Formats: sequence, structure tokens, C-alpha cells
Amino acid sequence: MIPAAFEYYRPTDMAGVLSILAEHGDDARVMAGGHSLIPMMKLRMADVPHLIDLQDVGGMSDITVGADSITIGAMVTQHDIIDNAELTAAAPILREAALQIADPQVRYIGTVGGNVANGDPGNDMPGLMQCLNASFTVVGPDGTREVAAREFYEAAYMTAREDDEVLTQVTIPLPAGGYAYEKQKRKIGDYATAAAAVQIVKEGGSCVSASIAMTNLSDTPVYSDAAGAALVGTAVDDAAINAAIAAMLGDIDPTEDNRGPVAFKKHVAGVILRRAIARARSRA
Amino acid sequence: MSNKKHITLSVNGKTEEFLAEPRELLIYTLRERLNITGPHIGCETSHCGACTVTIDGKSVKSCTMFAVQAEGAEITTIEGIGGPDDLHPLQEAFKEHHGLQCGYCTPGMITRATKLLEENPNPTEEEIRFGMAGNICRCTGYQNIVKSIQAAATEMNAAKEAAE
Amino acid sequence: MKDEITREERVDNLKGMGCSRKRVEDARFTQGKGNYVDDLKLDGMLFGDFVRSPYAHARIKNIDTAAALEVPGVLAVLTAKDLEPLGLHWMPTLAGDKQMVLADGKVLFQGQEVAFVVAEDRYAAADGIELVEVEYEELPVIVNPFEALQSDVVLREDLVAEDGSIPDGAHGPRKHPNHIFTWDAGDKAPTEEVIASAEVVAEETMYYHRTHPCPLETCGCVASMDKVNGKLTLWGTFQAPHAIRTVVSLISGIEEHNIRVISPDIGGGFGNKVGAYPGYVCSVVASIVTGKPVKWIEDRMDNLMTTAFARDYHMTGKIAATPEGKITGLHCHVTADHGGFDACADPTKFPAGFMNICTGSYDIPTAYLEVDGVYTNKAPGGVSYRCSFRVTEAVYFIERMIEVLAIKLDMDAAELRRINFIKKEQFPYTAALGWEYDSGDYHTAWDKALKAVDYEGLRAEQAQRVADFKAGKTRKLMGIGLSFFTEIVGAGPVKNCDILGLGMFDSCEIRIHPTGSAIARLGTISQGQGHATTFAQILASEIGLPADSITIEEGDTDTAPYGLGTYGSRSTPVAGAATAMAGRKIRAKAQMIAAYLLEVHDNDVEFDVDRFVVKGAPEKFKTMKEIAFAAYNQAIPGIEPGLEAVSYYDPPNMTYPFGAYVCVMDIDVDTGVPDIRRFYALDDCGTRINPMIIEGQVHGGLTEALAVALGQEIAYDDMGNCKTGTLMDFFLPTAWEVPNYETDYTVTPSPHHPIGAKGVGESPHVGGVPCFSNAVQDAFRPFGNTHTNMPHDHWRIWKTANDLGLHD
Repeated sequence: MIPAAFEYYRPTDMAGVLSILAEHGDDARVMAGGHSLIPMMKLRMADVPHLIDLQDVGGMSDITVGADSITIGAMVTQHDIIDNAELTAAAPILREAALQIADPQVRYIGTVGGNVANGDPGNDMPGLMQCLNASFTVVGPDGTREVAAREFYEAAYMTAREDDEVLTQVTIPLPAGGYAYEKQKRKIGDYATAAAAVQIVKEGGSCVSASIAMTNLSDTPVYSDAAGAALVGTAVDDAAINAAIAAMLGDIDPTEDNRGPVAFKKHVAGVILRRAIARARSRA
Repeated sequence: MSNKKHITLSVNGKTEEFLAEPRELLIYTLRERLNITGPHIGCETSHCGACTVTIDGKSVKSCTMFAVQAEGAEITTIEGIGGPDDLHPLQEAFKEHHGLQCGYCTPGMITRATKLLEENPNPTEEEIRFGMAGNICRCTGYQNIVKSIQAAATEMNAAKEAAE
Repeated sequence: MKDEITREERVDNLKGMGCSRKRVEDARFTQGKGNYVDDLKLDGMLFGDFVRSPYAHARIKNIDTAAALEVPGVLAVLTAKDLEPLGLHWMPTLAGDKQMVLADGKVLFQGQEVAFVVAEDRYAAADGIELVEVEYEELPVIVNPFEALQSDVVLREDLVAEDGSIPDGAHGPRKHPNHIFTWDAGDKAPTEEVIASAEVVAEETMYYHRTHPCPLETCGCVASMDKVNGKLTLWGTFQAPHAIRTVVSLISGIEEHNIRVISPDIGGGFGNKVGAYPGYVCSVVASIVTGKPVKWIEDRMDNLMTTAFARDYHMTGKIAATPEGKITGLHCHVTADHGGFDACADPTKFPAGFMNICTGSYDIPTAYLEVDGVYTNKAPGGVSYRCSFRVTEAVYFIERMIEVLAIKLDMDAAELRRINFIKKEQFPYTAALGWEYDSGDYHTAWDKALKAVDYEGLRAEQAQRVADFKAGKTRKLMGIGLSFFTEIVGAGPVKNCDILGLGMFDSCEIRIHPTGSAIARLGTISQGQGHATTFAQILASEIGLPADSITIEEGDTDTAPYGLGTYGSRSTPVAGAATAMAGRKIRAKAQMIAAYLLEVHDNDVEFDVDRFVVKGAPEKFKTMKEIAFAAYNQAIPGIEPGLEAVSYYDPPNMTYPFGAYVCVMDIDVDTGVPDIRRFYALDDCGTRINPMIIEGQVHGGLTEALAVALGQEIAYDDMGNCKTGTLMDFFLPTAWEVPNYETDYTVTPSPHHPIGAKGVGESPHVGGVPCFSNAVQDAFRPFGNTHTNMPHDHWRIWKTANDLGLHD
């Protein structure tokens, strides 16, 4: 498996990145770790005449835990997330999810930016970021803009990021309450058959806010507003969970693949969400 | 198009300089350009780990990285882990506990295990199985690989203690 | 002479049979110094790679290579037209069929080889492939063998006469253009009669899905034609290097002495590397054409999609019994999907391999087996993936039929097995389908296994679990998987086993060096089994020289004696026997030398561990080391100098390893996720040469069984597109998905094998697959499940639960 020849760039600042993108349009792609892109190039399923390696750009490898929010640079790896105690204390769902991505080697290289920007419905971070109501910082020729994770994904590999823009940072409002990232997969290294990200805040036995997003059950991650709403104001009892699952099932649109047919995926999505809610509730 | 790039790598402590097309994958640089044939090619899609090397302290699947990305990096392959006169405890343990059969996955497996034990010198069986899950073996069923890594950990910890 | 050490120490020093000698192979493998074919780098070496068909069935209207030839570094693009004048556009398969080397007018499966691009490096070859323009006209695709036998679409036009009639194939009459053969064994009418009149008959239809051996190293070769000397050297991933040499000679016309085939270290085979592939032929041709060495190495997709699938058997069974559970008859029909060419790797007389071992470990008086081979638009292959020829299919069939019968009889499946086992005193036992089982003690093994796992306790726990499930206290079911298998390995007696006319003997040649070390060469080739370690152990025990002083060499046809290679667990039964027999020839000569040196008659000395001693006077002896030196350096009347021997061993029978396995599994009914709680494996492989290596083989075979039973498949869509071409979708378990195994053993030596060994590498796979499958099926038995097909991946297990109403 040999990729087609390409021109390689390794700019040292964002201006350099943007000028190459401006020059070559959709013939150019930025690459962080490359563990999603390079296999596609080797299989010649991705044609990238101009490849821009971001590793020397700088300023995108920090994790900052602030009073109200967390920022994670696009070049932060899954391994960095797993390894960061402060981050884990502030938002433990990130570590729980990151451990369920790929395998150790891939987690050393795979980045948050690549995972959220690629638009691959199989990636775990997009749904997670929707659950956490993160926003993505996108830099382009017209400057910097913020896009909500819940508004970012349009279709498989289609996002709100324009071809001449670069996703540089993820900002997450400091999460509160109980959490769970639950994923069913066939083996280590597989995408989810179904995965659910859940954050629940309870006060005095009653749920005051709930956020639910699902992975690999549609051509985009699915943030299910209705599923979260079904829990708010309840004790997160069986009836409420059933309502949340019913709402979630109305929002997902899985397709058949080697993991199984649609009916199976929908059923497993419900089971996984039920378990995720139960676990988040126990931690809330 | 595709001007060759000047690349400098440190491989097993030796500086290597060469010109290569950007699309040259690191595994081919090692195997074909530098004749370092310990790392192998198994799946080519970053699932099997036969090509695992250590790059700047990280376990990396070198079939899914262009050599040019590794510019300036320090790379260790199985050849740099231990040789006839200075076998690494993991190499000893894999021999002692039948942690290999056809040997094809072994360089990547041992290379990955060095890093695992560096990060976690006292892993449980579960931690070993999870930490080695990026390396596929078709022959051993992993039981003796786990045993080998446990034995190496014990050996390395004892040696460390003795040195202190 | 005074002995410094005890006899026990002398035995230990040999590191002979029965000890867990550490492997001599491991020094190089653990240091990255293995020598696999892709490690080979020769001056001026070129790279070849294939243009492959994206379609499963299409006519080729045109191939335009002009643009590809413009790519800098591309030297040649071979098509069938280029090979035709050499008669190499087709090649014979091991099954008596022929296969296109490069597409000759049409393609029959996705990924089929269409053109071979030869370039200075792999980059230019890859770029050249992209630019070869092939014009296809799509044809109707058939991926179902039952449909193939009804269809008007003819897949193999080359096998239909001009008048539309269907000539016989290699295995007799064909009843449809897409039909390959009908092969049967046993007594049809009596079996049908027994089944018709039986009080109890259980019937089941099962599909043993298509899968793939998928060794971690793919197939590949380097061909180097030395035009000056007229010598061709071919390095490659060959499980049978000598057979490859003969085949290359037959199809190329190059005399066999001018061909040297070398199998270097092989990164796992499992059956994938038995056959001959178009890549080998094209590399040889390209080397002849260019005068340079040419390397061809499959990538993983090529490997999974084109070389050597396994299984793909649609099996229908009927089993008859008395109400008490005594089996009276067995009927089996198989529709075998062989893909576009019949490239199965079986002995010539056995187009369905040893599927006729499907009466299993049971005393079944009457049986009949019929197999229909069929062409479809899928990749060719049909290899024995970690098993002797089709034995995995046979054992899966009978071990499922036993379970199905137990359900019908409402009996415990362990007890049903027990009352039907062939009894110890019945061996040698001639089965209804023809094989003569050499030895066995099934009841002892079974009782030991059931006791080890506390079988009754497990059943009690399972009953409680079912009650809890019904009471809504748990959503997890518990399955107890049982299997008892009899393998048939060590092909085989030349009187009934050959491949392409090559008798399936094997060989060993030994040279003792003057200072008492030795080299032995064999016709087999290790792919991880540790031959260099274990064959030296056999020899150490036979000739009394330390295993550490014996080098074992395999895989070079210029130096090794002719043999049929390593697959079907044949190395120990056949080459292992040859090794022992050659060792005994050495010993016989050594005895005469010792007698001369000790100044007694030949019959007055006897062999003792590492020496010959004078009978009744153990203080008078000559060590084998001394004898070796004398053999070369002392003039001994009537004995020619030197100490060498060769043995070609034609086994009198197969060997029949057996085993008893138990798997305990918990199954999440809601997600379909299985969790293997326990796996106990008792193997009886006869005499145990190296317990450490045996245990390693069992672990590995069980893990491959787990994979096949729980998810590993080669799947196609209706258009013949392979859906499982990468390791994302083709299930190879990691350390995380694999349990620890408990191993155990009994020892029932083979009565006809010189050292009583039977072979073990494949038993755990053969016995493991039904055991894992039976565990899944057993979990659902209390809810009415009789049979569901593998692979038991999450969604199929979920579907079983769903179909049984367990999600309502």
C-alpha cells in the first residue's frame, strides 16, 4: 500500500499554513498525527496532492483547565488526555472516552483536533464534544471563529470548517455532575457499534441538566437534545431513562455494516445509553 | 512535484541522513533504506503493530508515519533494545517463557513492551493485556507473552532494587 | 573409564524428548534478526505488483498499458497475452483444476490478478498500477453456490465443450457448468435405510462460513534468474518448498536441478502458504524477462481477498439414534463453495479433504457423506486453516450434530458423547467412512476433563442462572461448551495420499560431525512450530548426542532431502518419524563401531542414553561422541568411514490425536457480547516431545478457534465485493479479547509411529471452534435454541436472543 506522491509542507506558523491552504484549496489537507489520513492515502481512497504537517506550528499542544472552561489544543493527543491528572479531575469523561479509542500506539499519535475535525462518524471525540457542549476554534483567512460542536457536523466527512480553515482548539465548559462514556465495539481498535456520552447534574435527587450524544449511529455524531430533556426534572428513574432512550432512538439513523443490521444497532444504542445513564447517575 | 526532502533521523543512536520522497513511509525507510529489518509489515492500516518502534519516547506504528514526519526524531527499534552481548530482560523473558513462535510480531511486541514497562513497571495482567492491545500475534494466543512481560517486569524491578 | 555424572544427569544433558527445551530459534527472533522473505535485498532487485479486478465477474474488453509504461521506473507490464506464448497464462492448481495467472479474457472474483507491473521500486510499481487502463464489461455475479447450480450464467466457459456438453473434471462427472465434483464415502442406501427406520432422527443445516488463515506475514517471493548459469533461485513463503520446485519445473520447463527454492523464516502459515499463487509465476517470468531479481509481496488486502480462503461449507446432517441415545447412523451432505477456481489444497484422491472423518470420536456403525464442489464468483483457495484437510469442518459438523441430537433426546450432551465414544478396546478402529483410527482412550480423557471443570457443578450453576434470568434477576446467560474431537493428521501414506502425483512421504538426512555434533536436514519447514528445537530433541534421544549439538535445517531444496512440507500437522507424524528412523540407522552403525572399539560382538553392546555399553559391564562403554570420532578417524574393518544416514518415511497410517475441551461463557443477552470465563483443554497427542511447545501450540490454536467461532469471516455482498479486506473488519483478536487457557493432557502413543507422537499444532483449532460455538449455543438451549450459524459475533448472538424472544 503506497500512497500517491504529494508535496509536503511543514510550516512553522499558522500564517504559513493558511497561505498554503489558500493557494491549493481543496487539493491541500492539514495533518496532525495522520493516523486517520495516512491509511486512507495508502489505500488511495484519499487524494492529497499537498500535505501540510502541523507539528511545527506550535501553540496547539496545551491543555488548560480554567475556572469555567477547559481548552485543549488541536495537537493534544489521546495519550496526553489520558495522562493529564488535572484534566481528569476536571472532566473525567475525557479520559474514560480516550481510553476506549483505538490502541496504545494510535493514542500516542492520534490528536483531539484530528479526531474532531475529520468528520468521520466513527470517531469518538465528536459525540463526546457535543455532549460537553464544546466549541471549536477555527482559523482561516478571515480570522478566527468559534463553532459549537453541536453545529459543526453536516454529514460524513463534511463539517462547518471550510477547506481553507484549520481547527486549532477545543473549548469545553467545565463539566459538572456525573458522567459516563459507554462504548460497544467488536475488538480493540474498532469503531463503535454504538457509543453514548452522558453528563448528568442532579440536585436534591432531581436531574437539573442532562446532556446526551451518540457515536457511529448516523453519518454524524448525534446530540440528542430531546433525550437529555427527558431526564431533566426527573429522578432519572426507569421511566425517565426509557423516555430518554425513546427520544434518542428518534434522533439516530444508523446504517447496516459489518457490525450488524439497523435493528441490532438501534437496540444496542438503547442498551448502551441505558448503561451510560445509569453509570452517570451513580456518579452524579 | 514531490521534491525529495532532506531527512535526518537518529536511529538506535546513530545519525542517519538521506533524501527521500515525502511519501516514503518510515517502515520502508528503516527496512529498505537503513536495512533495519527487525520491524515488520503486517497489516498496513495501523492495526497489527508489527512495525512498532519507539519515536521520541512513544510507541509508534511506523507503517502509518512518513519518514519526513519523523525529521529530527530519535528512533529505537528492536535492534537498539538489546543485542547478543546485552540482551534486554524482555528479550530474555520472551525466550524463557515461550513468548513467541513464528517471530514475526516479536520485534514490535517487545519494542512496545519496553515502553509499557517504562510507564508502568508493575503492571497487572489486565494492564498488560490492555497495554499490548495494539500488537497482534497470530501464534501464541498471548498467554505466554503476558507471562514473559510479567517475568521481565519482576526481573527489571529486582535489578533496580539491587542497584539502589 | 570412570563416570563423573549420574545417568539421570546424562539424560538431562541431552535435552531430548519430553523436556521443555527452550527454543533455539528465539535468539534471532527476539533481536530482530529473523530472515523473512521481505527482508531480502538483492542488487538490482525489481518490484512487481498486480493490477487487480474491482469486479467479481466481468469480461475484459481491453487492457491499455501505455500510460503505465510512461511512469519513470516502470519497466514492464505483463498481461495474459504476454504469458500466453510461454504457456504460463494459466497454471495448474493443487486440486487438478487450472487457474488464470493473469486474467485471460475475463475475471471471476474481485481482486483477481489482471496485469503485473514490474518496476525499479515499489513506488513506481504502485503508480504504474494506477495507470493501467482496463476496460471491463460487467457480468452477472453469483456468490451463492446453490444459486450457481441453478444458474444459466456460466462462470468457467473454459470447462464447457463447444457443443455445450460438460466434460468430466479432475474428480469425475460434473452435473452443471458451475459444478466441480461430487465425492462420496460410506454406504448410501444402508445409511438412508437406518435413518428412515430410526426411532430418533435429528436433522440440522449449518453453514461453516468462509474465513482466512491470515498469518501476520503475507505471502511473497523473490525470483532471481541467473541467465549466465541458467539457474533460477526462488525465495518465498512456501510451506512446501520441494513441491513448489517441482511445480515450477513442470510449468516453466526449467529442469528441476536448475531450480533452487528457499523458504526462509516464515511469519506464520496456517495453510495460507501451501498453494502456488500467480505472484510466484509472474515474479519468475519477470525475472526471466528482465534478467534481474524480482520481488513480489502481497499487501494485507491482497492477502485477505485473493490467496487461500478456508471453509465455506454448507452442511446438512441427519443423525439417527435409539431413544437411549445410541447413535445408529449419520448422513452428511456438503455443498462446498470453492470460488472461481478449484485451488483447494487436498491430497489428490480427497477433493473434500478428510471430511470423511466426520463420524468423529463415536462408534457410528453406518454413515454416508456426499460433497458437491461448486464454482462461484469468490476468491479461490479452500485451504486447511490450522487443521488437517477439512478436518475442522468435519469435527464442527459432528460436534454440532451431537448437540442437536442431545436436544432432540433431551439428554445431557456430555453423557450422550460418553455412551457413543469408540471404546479403548475397539482400537484400531475402522470407521464407517473408511479410516482406521490407530489408537485412543476417549473415556479416560472425557472423565478427566469433566472432573477438572466440575461439570456437574457447572450445570447446577447454569440451571440457577436460567432461573435467575427468568425471574428477571440477570440479563446474562451462561453457556457450557463441550467438544471432543479426533483429528486425522500426518498425511500421509503414499498409497492413498499424494498432491499432484507427489507422494506425501517426508524425509530426514543426518550427518554426524567427527567431534560429535550434527546437522540434520528435513523436507519440512517450520512457520513458528519450533522444528529446530523439537526435531533436535527427537534426535538427541535417538542418537545420544545433546540437542544443543544438533543443528536442524529446513527449507532449502538444494540441501534438504525431498519432502512435502509442513501443513496438516504432518511434520511430527511424518518428518518426525523420518528423523527417528534416520537416527536409528546412525545408531545401528554406531553399535558396530562401538562393538569393534570395545572388542566385543555387535550384540554384546547395548545403547544407553548417550553411549553403547557392554551388556552386564556398564563400566565398559563408548560414548556417541567417541564413536563419532572413531567413525571418521579410525580404520575399522568392514565398515566404511563416516556417520550419516537418510530416511524417507512413508507412514503406514495417519495418526489420530484427540482431545476434550470445555468452555464456560457468559453472554450478555442485550448486547450479544460473550465473555469467556474459562477454557479447559485436554490434548492427547501421543508421546510429548516438548511440553512447553505443545502448550504454546494449544494456546495459539485455541485463539485462532476463538477468532473463527466468534467473528472472523470473509464476507461478500451480492455484487461479490469483499467486505472484510482489512484488519478493521477481519477479526484477529488482541490480547484484550483472549482469555487464559488451562491445558491438560493424557498420553496415548501412536502404535505405528516410531516414537509414538501424533502431532498437535492443529488439534486446538479443530477442537476449539466447536467448543466455543457450542458454548454460545448451549447458553440458549434452555430457551429453545437448536442451532445458529457462526461466526457468533455480537449481532448474530443478539439475533439468536432476539429470535428466541429474549428481548421482549
